[in-house]
Formats: sequence, structure tokens, C-alpha cells
Amino acid sequence: MQQLKALTREAQDLASSAPNRPAGGGQPKPARVIPLTPNEAEVARQMQICNACRYCEGFCAVFPAMTRRLEFPKADINYLANLCHNCGACYHACQYAPPHEFALNVPQAMARVRGDTYAEYAWPQAFGALYKRNGLTVALALAAGLALFLALVIGRAGSLFQAQPGGNFYAIFPHNMLAAIFGAVFAFAVIALGVGVTRFWRDVSPGAASGAAVGETAKNVLALTYLDGGHGDGCNEADDKFTLARRRFHHFTFYGFMSCFAATAVATLYHYLLGLHAPYALDSLPVILGTVGGIGLLIGPAGLLWLNLQRDPKRGDPAQRAMDRGFIALLLVVAATGLGLLAVRENAAMPLLLALHLGAVIALFATLPYGKFAHGIFRTAALLKSAIEKRQPNRLQLGSD
Amino acid sequence: MVDVLVIGGGNAALCAALMAREAGASVLLLESAPREWRGGNSSHTRNLRCMHDAPQDVLVDAYPEEEYWQDLLKVTGGITNEKLARMVIRASSTCRPWMQKHGVRFQPPLSGALHVARTNAFFMGGGKALVNAYYRSAENMGVQIRYQTPVDAIELKDGRFVAARSGSQRFEARACVLAAGGFESNLEWMREAWGVNERGEWPADNFLIRGTRYNMGVLLKYMIDAGADVIGDPTQAHCVAIDARAPLYDGGICTRIDCVSLGVVLNRNGERFYDEGEDFWPKRYAIWGRLVAQQPSQIGYSIIDSKAIGRFMPPVFPGIKADTLPELAQKLGLPEQTFLRTIEDYNAACRVGTFDHTALDDCHTEGLAPPKTHWARPINVGPFYGYALRPGITFTYLGLKVNEEAAVHFNGKPSDNLFVAGEMMAGNVLGKGYTAGVGMSIGTAFGRIAGTQAARAAAARQQTGVEHAAA
Repeated sequence: MQQLKALTREAQDLASSAPNRPAGGGQPKPARVIPLTPNEAEVARQMQICNACRYCEGFCAVFPAMTRRLEFPKADINYLANLCHNCGACYHACQYAPPHEFALNVPQAMARVRGDTYAEYAWPQAFGALYKRNGLTVALALAAGLALFLALVIGRAGSLFQAQPGGNFYAIFPHNMLAAIFGAVFAFAVIALGVGVTRFWRDVSPGAASGAAVGETAKNVLALTYLDGGHGDGCNEADDKFTLARRRFHHFTFYGFMSCFAATAVATLYHYLLGLHAPYALDSLPVILGTVGGIGLLIGPAGLLWLNLQRDPKRGDPAQRAMDRGFIALLLVVAATGLGLLAVRENAAMPLLLALHLGAVIALFATLPYGKFAHGIFRTAALLKSAIEKRQPNRLQLGSD
Repeated sequence: MVDVLVIGGGNAALCAALMAREAGASVLLLESAPREWRGGNSSHTRNLRCMHDAPQDVLVDAYPEEEYWQDLLKVTGGITNEKLARMVIRASSTCRPWMQKHGVRFQPPLSGALHVARTNAFFMGGGKALVNAYYRSAENMGVQIRYQTPVDAIELKDGRFVAARSGSQRFEARACVLAAGGFESNLEWMREAWGVNERGEWPADNFLIRGTRYNMGVLLKYMIDAGADVIGDPTQAHCVAIDARAPLYDGGICTRIDCVSLGVVLNRNGERFYDEGEDFWPKRYAIWGRLVAQQPSQIGYSIIDSKAIGRFMPPVFPGIKADTLPELAQKLGLPEQTFLRTIEDYNAACRVGTFDHTALDDCHTEGLAPPKTHWARPINVGPFYGYALRPGITFTYLGLKVNEEAAVHFNGKPSDNLFVAGEMMAGNVLGKGYTAGVGMSIGTAFGRIAGTQAARAAAARQQTGVEHAAA
């Protein structure tokens, strides 16, 4: 707990020392001009052209936010990049896309900056480098997680292949031991992501959030509003055709994840509040939630992987493929081993599968702040900024074109 | 042999192809551009001017037929065909459900375009999204599409279409729709059309083409030479003042400069030449292309001071910036003394009341020629900005004469299987001038008419066996 407190304090210090920006404007104080990275400069170049065209205003929140600005300094670029859902609509609709000499490819430019912002806002800062080689990060975390739990199983049960009557996991790992390991890793993930997103928030601070702004953000996050293309037909994958597949598979993934999370939370309450200890019956709430969530986490990531493989490669950042696919693969392993565990929990394969499952889960948790998962946190923050900002009067009075 | 051959790949061509296919005809569409440049000028458009008697989804209030007609009459100075114009106007009130059926989506007006919230329905994502939707729908319906197939000749027999040729390829069809655009991309033809001015300059040498690079006018020229009836003046075009640094082709919407009415515009000699504050910029931008074309070297310079910043749509390229007026004159390469005298005279003539760039305000000049009748404020707060302007041609109005069936005419007689739509005949309705979104109204109305008529003509020829006699 000592350590946790210290981490939290450090987080707060970091957050409050971040550069402050005037509320409402979204423009930086002229005194502080931070040089742009090449990826950011490319977004600034493209936004300058987009801002003179504006045909894409109806697709998503990025372009309306753009029209409130005349210049695009670093923090604003980071904000816009995280607001972008990479739906692809603006790329396929762009009269200035390659081979035009203006060479606009907003989804790709935004994706590159987005990847950089995850690394840049990562906490601890040194861990930001993990994004750059995220495939390796995930693989190493998985290997370490598996090694840890396999060794623990062998050390404690003496064998990887020994049936436990009633499917009792806690015969292998005591509940408190699991709670301590996962609690610590999860708390670290929450703090690390919390620090990162707080710094991101402070960089373009649009002011206080109204209830309406929060409500709109919640809807945009939970319904994935901006994967509908603005017209409800969906987003683009392989070509200019619109499809709702990505939104639907993402819903399977997100709600599957939340259902699994709820299963764990309910089980924790059962354990500590009601004194009901696992293993739970097949028709108990934790098992039902976990099973439903696990199925969602098989369908969703499998669909997202399929879409990822056929998506127009020109539209994204190829350097982030390992991150995207690594996260998807990890979710699939967690879901498959979790469901498998339910199926074989009474027989001799259980200890091995349990070690595989827990190893994958710990790898997932440990890499949450340094992988694809972070997009959900930063995207939510960007959407909230946008919901606040759009409710404020526009400083610009640009007149008519 | 296909029933209907459509030559061209923009809005009018696609409307024709879709209508012909819906009528049951087999359709082949030939687009001269490669796939990534398909769609011609339609890819640069953003809205459709629509008649409506009551509020509709994205259109507020009403825009009745008579008002639309009066607007058209005004901008064309009467150089229009009332019967055809009213057909276009009425068609614009009923075509949108059909467009939506084929995947086109509409959105409320873009920021900066609220002044047309009543009259114009914006395509979500702009014209390229519309073009993409039409191509997808055409492919799904079985329209055959060939890219990189520029037609260079038409075989005609007694005013009837027989076949089209693209290099060594020959395409026979029972009926044909020509929708291959104007000739604005053909710099040689533009040069010849504009000729030499009184200063011995070839004005068109300094024009930029806002639109597609593929409208070479090959088909238009072929038809004119083949004796098709022609309408329009070859120097008339949608011509606006754009940033002189814009690319030669395909600069599109973003090369516009919207600060003209907030400052003054000088020519190469450092002199003003027209009332910059005559009316709101959206009502005036289409005349400034010709105004600049009439100036020496076909160049103008829009000059503003810091008071104008944040009051106009951001231009694609940053302006030339200087802390003082003499420095700005130097940076723009203008004669410093005349430049300064022009600005001084203007500043002294300004009668500043209550400035409001969103209304026809009372800031004007007195005793200045030419006057500036609105938004006249002294140019005196640095830094100062200058934008060089060139005439930017979007599309030409010279075209083929048509009737209500969109038929091509030879010596006043309509062809029974050759039709024309889009820029190739827009001059029937639009003799000069422009009003936002009317090009797409004409292209959509006549594209659909031409497609329907072509399908009908093809069916008739098949029934009567004319093709066997012809073959």
C-alpha cells in the first residue's frame, strides 16, 4: 500500500506540472511553442488543407473540432489524432488523396501520431518505448506470465496434470494469493493509464464538463457513434464500401470484456461479502457472466482480426499492426483458455489450462497501459474534450466561403 | 452489342448509366481517367441546388421554382433556355430520394456555407463520396465499367450513333450518352478560345484549372466537327479567383481565397480595379475570376491587415506576411510607390461605421474610384497579408444543343439514339455566370433524362430491328 500511495502522489505531481492551457480556446499560449515531430508536422500540414475544404465535416468529430482552429500546435494535433477512429471515410471521400499532389491521408497521419502519443504520454515515461515494439512486449509478457503460473502450479500441486474434485482452482492457488497478484498488477495498470490520460487531458484543457457533455461522451463511447460514418452506413474496410462490421465486432469485444470483468467483480463480492467461495455452479451469476463474456471475446476479436487483415493497408500505420494484432491475439487466448477451463474444470487437464489462462490474463493486465487497450482510454478522453468544446462559443467568426 | 454506351465517368454519366440500367438496358460506361482519378469534376463538387416548397431533411424553409428560376435568370443575364432550365429546377425537387437509393448521403450545410442552407443540399463527404456511391451501385447493378478508355471518335450515320472508338478499340451500342465534360483541361484550346488581348497577352496562359485534368474536350471537338449543333461561348466558364500558388489541375475548393471583401484587391500595377465590397463574397466569387483575367498578366493581389484574421475561411496556403506595407509591396513584387498611394487613398476614403462582415454593413468609401461599398476599413494594423490571385477555371460552358429529351441535334434535327448530358450541354441552361450547386442540378437532371431516353431508344431499335439494317 505504501508503494501505491507513492505512485499515486507521483502521478498527481506529474499531472499538475503539465503545461496549462486556457479554457475554451484550445489554442496554446503563444509563449509556449513546442516543436512538432515529423508525424505531427504531417498532421498539421494535412489539417491546413482540410480546414480549407471541410467536405468531411459530417463524418466524425475530428473535422468539426478542426474548424474551431486556424493553427495546429502539438497538443491540438495529439487531441485530434486521438479523436480519430480510423473509420476511413475521409480517405475514400478525399479529392486530395494520392495520387493528388496534396497527398492527403488523414487516417494514416492520425494513426501515426496516435501511436506516438501513447508512447509519449506513457507512465512511467521509460515504459513508453514498449509501444514501439509492442508485439515483442506482449509476447514477452505472455511468456513471463505463463512461466510464472506454470512454475507455481508445479511448485504447489506437484504436477500439471492432476484433477481437482469439483474443479476447485483454489486448491492450486489460494484465493488471497491470486487476489494479491492480480490486484497489484491491475492497480498498476489503472495508475499508469490514469497518469497518462491526465497528462493528455491537461495538454488541451477545454474547461469543465457539463452533465450533457459527459452523457454525450458516454453514448459515443458505448455506442461507438463514430464508426457509423455519420450516415449510419458504417465505416470503410477494404474499399469505399461502408460496413457496420467493425462496430459490431468491437461491441462483442468491449461488452465481452466488460462481462468478464463483471464476472470477476461479482465473484469477488460473493467471496468477501457473502462468503460464497468458488467454484460456482454453472447457473451462477459469475459463471454466466464469464461465459457470455468469453463468447463475446471470441467472436469480437476474431472478427476484428479478420477485418484488420483485409483493411486497406494504405489507411493505417503498418508499424502498429503488431500492437493491434498482439492485443487481439491475447484477448482470444484469454477467452479460449477461460472457456476451456470451464469445460474441463473437473478433469486432469485443469491445472495446465489454469496456468495458461492465468498466464495470459496477467500478460493482458500488465500490458494494458502499454498496448492497444490504451486507445479506449485516450479516445474516451478526446471524445469528452470534443463534447465540452463544441458546447462553447466558437472564438472564430470566419464568415462564409 | 450493349444497349447503351455511356461515355464519361462523372455525375451525369453515372446518372445516365444507372437510369438506363434501371430501365432494363445493358450498359457499358467508358471513363477516360484511371480509377483513382475517376469522376471528373464531380469529385470536386459538394452540393446540389434544390427546389423545395417546404423544409426537407437537410434543407430549411422553402426554395420555390420561381425563386430558383429568377436566381438563374439573374446570374446568366438571360442567356438561358427557360424551358430546359425549369425542367432542371423541377427535377432537382424530386431527384434526391433516387440519389439516396443509390447510396448518396446528404448532410446539413458545412460550416462557412450556412448561407446556402435553404437552397443547397450538401453531399456527405463531398462529390467524391457521391461518385464512389454511384460507381458502387452501378457495379452492383451490373453496369460494365472501363477505366482509362478515352473516346476519340464517334461513328455516326445519318445523325444516328453507330459506335465509339478509343484508339484501336471499337464499341458498338444501340444508343449512346455523351457525358465526357467540357474542354477546360485542354490548355491549347483555352488559349485559342481566349485569344490575344489588347496588351498582346494570351490570357489563358495564366489560367489555373480548378477541376479535373481529364476534360480535354476531345469528344466535344469531334462532335462539333461532325456537325452537331453547338451552344455557348467558348470563353464562358465557371471561373473564380483562386490562390495563384494552386496546382495547375485539381486544386478544387480549397484553393479559394475568401478575404477579398475584407480588404482591397490590386493589380500588377498596384491599383484597385473593382468594388471588393459589392456584395457578400459567396455571391461575388464567381465574377472575380473574369475580373482578374482582364488585368495585366492575369493576376490580382488580395491585401488585408490583421483585423481581418479569423474573419474568413482559412486558405490552403499561408498568406505572404509583412510587418509594414512597404515590406509587403516588396515581398509581393508590386511597385511600392503606387501600392502605398493606393492604400493611402483607400484608407483616407474609408467611412467606417459599424463593421459587420456578416451583414451588408455601412462601412464604405467616399470619393474613391472604384468605390468599396461595404466592409471598408483602413488597412493599417500590421502584420499585413497578401494573397496572389489567378483565374481558376472549373468548367467551360461551350456545349451541344439539346431538347427536352437531351438529344444531340444535327442541323436542328434531334438524333434518335445519341444523347448528351452534364458539362457537354450545361451551356443550354447556363450561358454565363454561376450559382452554387447548379452544375450538379443540370448534370443530375439531364443525366437521368439522357439515360432514360437512351434505354428507350435502344429498346426501340432492338424491337424494330433497325440495328440489323444498319449493320
